Amino acid sequence: MQVKTYAEYASSGETPEVLFWVGCAGSFDQRAQKVTRSFVKILNHLNIKFAVLGTEESCTGDPAKRAGNEFVFQMLALQNIEVMNTYGVKRIVTTCPHCFNILKNEYPSLGGNYEVIHHSTFLQKLIDEGRIKITDTATFKGKKITYHDSCYLGRANEIYEAPRKVLEELDAELVEMKSCRTKGLCCGAGGAQMFKEDEKGTKRINIARTEEALESNAQIVAAACPFCNTMLTDGVKSKDKQQDVKVFDIAELLAAGQGLETINL
Amino acid sequence: MFTIIQIVLFIVLCSVAGYFAFKGYYFVYKNIMHGKSEDLSGNSSERLKNLLLIAFGQKKMFKNITPAVLHFFIYAGFVITQIELLEIFIDGLTGSHRIIFHAVENISALRSIYVFTISFIEVASVFVFIATVAFLSRRWILRVPRLNKPELKGFPVIDATLILLSEIYLLACIFSMNTADMALHNGEYGFLVSGFFMPLFAGCGETCLHIVERSGWWGHMLGVLALLVYLPYSKHLHILLAFPNTYFGRLQPKGYINNMPEITKEIKLMMDPSAVPPPVDANAAPVKFGAKDVFDLTWKNLLDAYTCTECGRCTAACPANQTGKLLSPRKIMMNTRDRLEEVGRNRDANDGVWKDDAKSLIENNYISVEELRACTTCNACVEECPIMISPLEIIVQLRRNLVMEESNAPAEWNGMFTAMENNGAPWQFSQQDRLNWKNG
Ligand code: SF4
Ligand code: SF4
Repeated sequence: MQVKTYAEYASSGETPEVLFWVGCAGSFDQRAQKVTRSFVKILNHLNIKFAVLGTEESCTGDPAKRAGNEFVFQMLALQNIEVMNTYGVKRIVTTCPHCFNILKNEYPSLGGNYEVIHHSTFLQKLIDEGRIKITDTATFKGKKITYHDSCYLGRANEIYEAPRKVLEELDAELVEMKSCRTKGLCCGAGGAQMFKEDEKGTKRINIARTEEALESNAQIVAAACPFCNTMLTDGVKSKDKQQDVKVFDIAELLAAGQGLETINL
Repeated sequence: MFTIIQIVLFIVLCSVAGYFAFKGYYFVYKNIMHGKSEDLSGNSSERLKNLLLIAFGQKKMFKNITPAVLHFFIYAGFVITQIELLEIFIDGLTGSHRIIFHAVENISALRSIYVFTISFIEVASVFVFIATVAFLSRRWILRVPRLNKPELKGFPVIDATLILLSEIYLLACIFSMNTADMALHNGEYGFLVSGFFMPLFAGCGETCLHIVERSGWWGHMLGVLALLVYLPYSKHLHILLAFPNTYFGRLQPKGYINNMPEITKEIKLMMDPSAVPPPVDANAAPVKFGAKDVFDLTWKNLLDAYTCTECGRCTAACPANQTGKLLSPRKIMMNTRDRLEEVGRNRDANDGVWKDDAKSLIENNYISVEELRACTTCNACVEECPIMISPLEIIVQLRRNLVMEESNAPAEWNGMFTAMENNGAPWQFSQQDRLNWKNG
């Protein structure tokens, strides 16, 4: 897989079009790594000159900040900003809504000013420009897809349509869950909940959301966030529905539609 | 003579009510001023737009159509009744009777406008009545879940019911006043709804009608004054505070959480070994991170707390609350207000200087650590609130205090913080392995 780092670009005197911010989940989580690779396949397929920071990337600090640890957040943020400003980064694309939100909204006042794009918007733009050609229609024929709104994409940054536009490209039927868009139910991972047990209650949040997803009768649950992906995958498993219902990222689905990826439904 | 007594009584009652109302609102004002300063000036056109659309136009209410329509009836009815109240007020001060009517009765165009206006108010009042009954039954018969949560036990539910009942009381006063007045004048005013009620007083003589009319007039006036005094103690304060609160509402994307400049300073010092630390000011208050009590929140957070109408839209949308966790964003707002009032009473009892009571907003029967830990920062509460309140902003500030001042975090979070500091990821992976995904 062809991936160049910013350092490699810099030493060859070239400038990439965009920095792909991979994020911690995309770098380390096995499920999210697949999403990272799917997205890179699309970028490479379209000859988009992108760079990653590789070992120079650190966590954006999002889970620490939302847990209340502003120290850890700002330490990481200031490090990242130093790295990116040294390279003169201008545009960032990321597959994680948490990275997207924090880079876009909270880095500026610490000295990090970039144009930050979530991959849903990025892919939608490529579609609008006519650069995406769907070659595989068989995989999705007769299938229903439901899109789960990520809180940090939706309510936090009012991006509701871009991921749906991406899914509309596929030859499948898009169905909505009981709560969607501004009323979309959280998957339960945000605010650093991903990294701890749920507090006492009657149900886990990811189970509540999975129930809504299953009620939609879709065979594919589309996510646009690695954490939502994990939460919903776990939820589907605990409902013992993993044979009938699969959770995918929009990038994986779009890559499959372009014949760059095979997915098993 | 009788008129003079009425005028004097009216002025005395208004002054007494005015005095107590002033005390109540001033108490609220002083309490809000306990908050930390925050500059929310600027962007006035965008802010004005929010005020007009969201407070005045009730835009966010209309996400949920049934309560929105019912609430709109009461809101619109309340606003236009102020016209009739104006006449009542002038009549009270001057001892006149329907002064506006008599001023215009011989000018036919103006007279029709007057009759139309009062009739319009009467029709609106009928809708207010319908909406009030509907609201009472939503609360007491249909038992809409968000109106029957534990945090409403006690005063909040009494408060809500009292306001609705007083609404009905005011309508009864206005209609008995108008109807008796119509009957006394053989219907010459021509008001729409009270004309319809007139036969009810058919057996009533002139004295009886006079008594009914006066009771309606005084009853209405007293009701209005009582509400004015009561408002600052009630969730109903939102009818006033919704306007400043939407004006000063957040303009950034909801995902934004402020960066703490005091921490940026410290980290820059740490990162830059050549930096010279600023001289320590021995008199400066010790820096405290996050919020432990109402004093550490901003005035806007405190205004939010006073503006909250306890409708529970936030709580109904909260994923934590929906799945049985203790967290309820409405309770966050109610607890903040309750604590602030406790602080205010303490201050007023101690010659205007707050005396430490060894309590704070965290625990002490206010907001528990367990509630704070349950929040996913999903912004559903902020999205739902019809008057731009942010429970999340308070939650985050309290969490900061727990984590940075008290080191009170779940063990998993402490592990996460350490991992982030040491290897730049919330998990125990080496930063050197960050590109390994490409080999998969
Ligand atoms: S942000 Fe927190 S309090 Fe508000 S709805 Fe989401 S989980 Fe509940
Ligand atoms: S914070 Fe807003 S939504 Fe929640 S109870 Fe108060 S007014 Fe209603």
